[in-house]
Amino acid sequence: MDFTDSTEEATFRAEANAFLSQHLQPKKGAATRSGNYLQRAKDWQKVKAENHFAQITWPKEIGGRGGSSMQQVIWNQEESKFDAPTGPFAIGLGMCVPTVIAFGSDEHKQRYVQKALFGEEIWCQLFSEPAAGSDVAGLKTKAVKDGDDWVINGQKVWTSGAHYSDYGIVLVRTDPDVPKHKGLTMFIIDMKQEGVDVRPIHQASGGSEFNEVYFTDVRIPDADRLGEPGMGWKVALVTLMNERLAVGGSPGPDWAEIMDYARSSGSMSDQAFRAKLADWYVAAQGYKLTKFRTQTALSKGETPGPENSIGKVITANHLQDICNSAIEMQDHYGIISDKDHAPADAIFQESFMWAPGLRIAGGTDEILKNIIAERVLGLPQDVRVDKDKPFSAF
Amino acid sequence: MNFDFSDDQKFLRDEARKFLEAQCTSAHVRAVLDDETMSHNDEVWQKIVEMGWLGAAIPEEFGGLGLGMLELCVIAEELGRVLAPVPFGSSAFFFAEAIKLAGTDEQKAEWLPKVADGSIVGCLATTEGPGALSASSVQATAKDGILSGTKVPVTDGDVATHAAVLAKEGSGTGIYIVALDQDGVSRKSLKTIEPTRSHAEIKFDGASAARLGQETGNGMSVLDRVMNRGAVLLAFEQLGGASRCLEMATEYAKERHAFGRPIGGNQAIKHKLADIYVKNEVARSNAYYGAWALSTDAAELPEAAAAARVAASEAFWFASKENIQTHGGMGFTWEVDCHLYYRRAKLLAVQAGSPAVWKEKLVSALEAKNAA
Repeated sequence: MDFTDSTEEATFRAEANAFLSQHLQPKKGAATRSGNYLQRAKDWQKVKAENHFAQITWPKEIGGRGGSSMQQVIWNQEESKFDAPTGPFAIGLGMCVPTVIAFGSDEHKQRYVQKALFGEEIWCQLFSEPAAGSDVAGLKTKAVKDGDDWVINGQKVWTSGAHYSDYGIVLVRTDPDVPKHKGLTMFIIDMKQEGVDVRPIHQASGGSEFNEVYFTDVRIPDADRLGEPGMGWKVALVTLMNERLAVGGSPGPDWAEIMDYARSSGSMSDQAFRAKLADWYVAAQGYKLTKFRTQTALSKGETPGPENSIGKVITANHLQDICNSAIEMQDHYGIISDKDHAPADAIFQESFMWAPGLRIAGGTDEILKNIIAERVLGLPQDVRVDKDKPFSAF
Repeated sequence: MNFDFSDDQKFLRDEARKFLEAQCTSAHVRAVLDDETMSHNDEVWQKIVEMGWLGAAIPEEFGGLGLGMLELCVIAEELGRVLAPVPFGSSAFFFAEAIKLAGTDEQKAEWLPKVADGSIVGCLATTEGPGALSASSVQATAKDGILSGTKVPVTDGDVATHAAVLAKEGSGTGIYIVALDQDGVSRKSLKTIEPTRSHAEIKFDGASAARLGQETGNGMSVLDRVMNRGAVLLAFEQLGGASRCLEMATEYAKERHAFGRPIGGNQAIKHKLADIYVKNEVARSNAYYGAWALSTDAAELPEAAAAARVAASEAFWFASKENIQTHGGMGFTWEVDCHLYYRRAKLLAVQAGSPAVWKEKLVSALEAKNAA
């Protein structure tokens, strides 16, 4: 039971911290998205890759560091202390490119891995559709074989970063006459090609970080297929499993930030607030320490399982609750989101508006609880009326 | 970083689990539940004494196994799983830890071996009425080695042979070791919502008592340190109970059928059990951190112990009541074990200060850290 670094870990941490200090400013509040964020992200990715700090667990042959998952964890912890523009590459390097590495040909790996790693190309993941979110296997976008190509028609939704992505991995239906999970195939898609139409979605929180993506007679060569036709669901599960291995930082203000605000505003003498602060601390520690337990399992060569689903269930609701309380503590003034007026650079107001999306994206609270119940506790699956019937029957 | 118990500690856990599953069954617990005159299950107690577990965290020079706090935490969780109806916690978590923390060398040599071999059973006697314990709520007084006052309730007060008693001394407080089998001590069994454990009102009238340690007036600060240690150990006991509640509820949800299929296929049940799982994991992670802080005497111990206790109390409370709920009508019968966990959850949540008290301790610790 040891929460301190081993000598090797401490050495690596110091090395990581020194490198980061050389290149970045310490983080104050949320990472800065101003300036030319995309270019800064690309530049930072290049610097990391050149110094073997990008994708620490990837083999050296493909440009990684050949390091341990614990080193990746340590790197992530240190990087999160700095104002690091990592957003645009998280999905590509965390989910898409590992899928290409797992299922792509040697030509694919030669063509795509280095460019992604060095920040030259950005990837997005195209799974969800208007009729297929929680039930993503119910997706409708079709791919029909035509000579050596497949012709894609349909639509994806909630595609983060599609507006600046160069490539993507797209899950499509190649056989509608078998049960839905069996008729899917994964492809690499060139996001800049003709027929691909990216339209931003206006989020409830005000921004437009994700998109609708329409496909009109888009041609993808069969050579860009990842895995056999009909194997798409299995490929998608690998993509989603990699998502679980990605260790992210806190999505917004936590107990420490609201405590800072409370100290400055005199609320630390409010008994009701103090009791809530204790609960928030316990939940945040619970989440953080559970991650450490998972990481210990990882470092011992065990594969983290569906237990990881508990992370987002805790943090998304926690964030919403903290931001809600912070706004109410400010009373009427709490509605102001102008950074010149709002305390703490309006982080509570910003995250208050972002929090509802967090409880839905990447697995809704309800789906995550289903996953815990079914895959961790072994309880029966929900009744699925369409389970073994051909997709075309519905 | 290695946030897990060692292979040896896991082996101890597995052996303890097998042992207790065989030696401390539901029937052993119910023997105490159904007999008002029984303060504990002595058959189970003697077997536990023989295992040497009481001395897990007592140094070998004082007759213990000389293992450590981590091993004691592992044992605590296993005892919690089976609702062991014995005074283990009172003697090993509170009484022994008080001696270890504040006793003179002579006192350690006198008492620790006896805790370890079960020849004495210790308990902690602090509260005197409803509400959170504070220095001003203590009326019991010690003067020139004589103790007078009343302590109520004293967990395991019926079965204990000795008590560590918080009393006024001069202008402050002190902790006094008292032999309970003497003329100046009278005990009355209390009826409680947790009949598988003994509780007594203890009156001290001219009882002879020896102050723990040599420093005077420091009872509350010694108690604070004892409570931090006890909080972590109790958290493991609570975690054991909460884990069993989730196991019971899950098993029942798979077996019980309604509307043509297991009730566990319904989201209301699935989500309820997922919620229990999440709270249990939050409790487990905080308890592990507490165990680390305890075993390394870390500066983080105050907030780690408080977070462990708050998380474990919430988890066991939630798991125990939702376990009853999942069992439906059967969960509300005497014969099904759900209510035993519900009762024990409440005892453990208030025995060493309620969650509200510990939330305040947690925030004070955070303030102290931030101020630095």
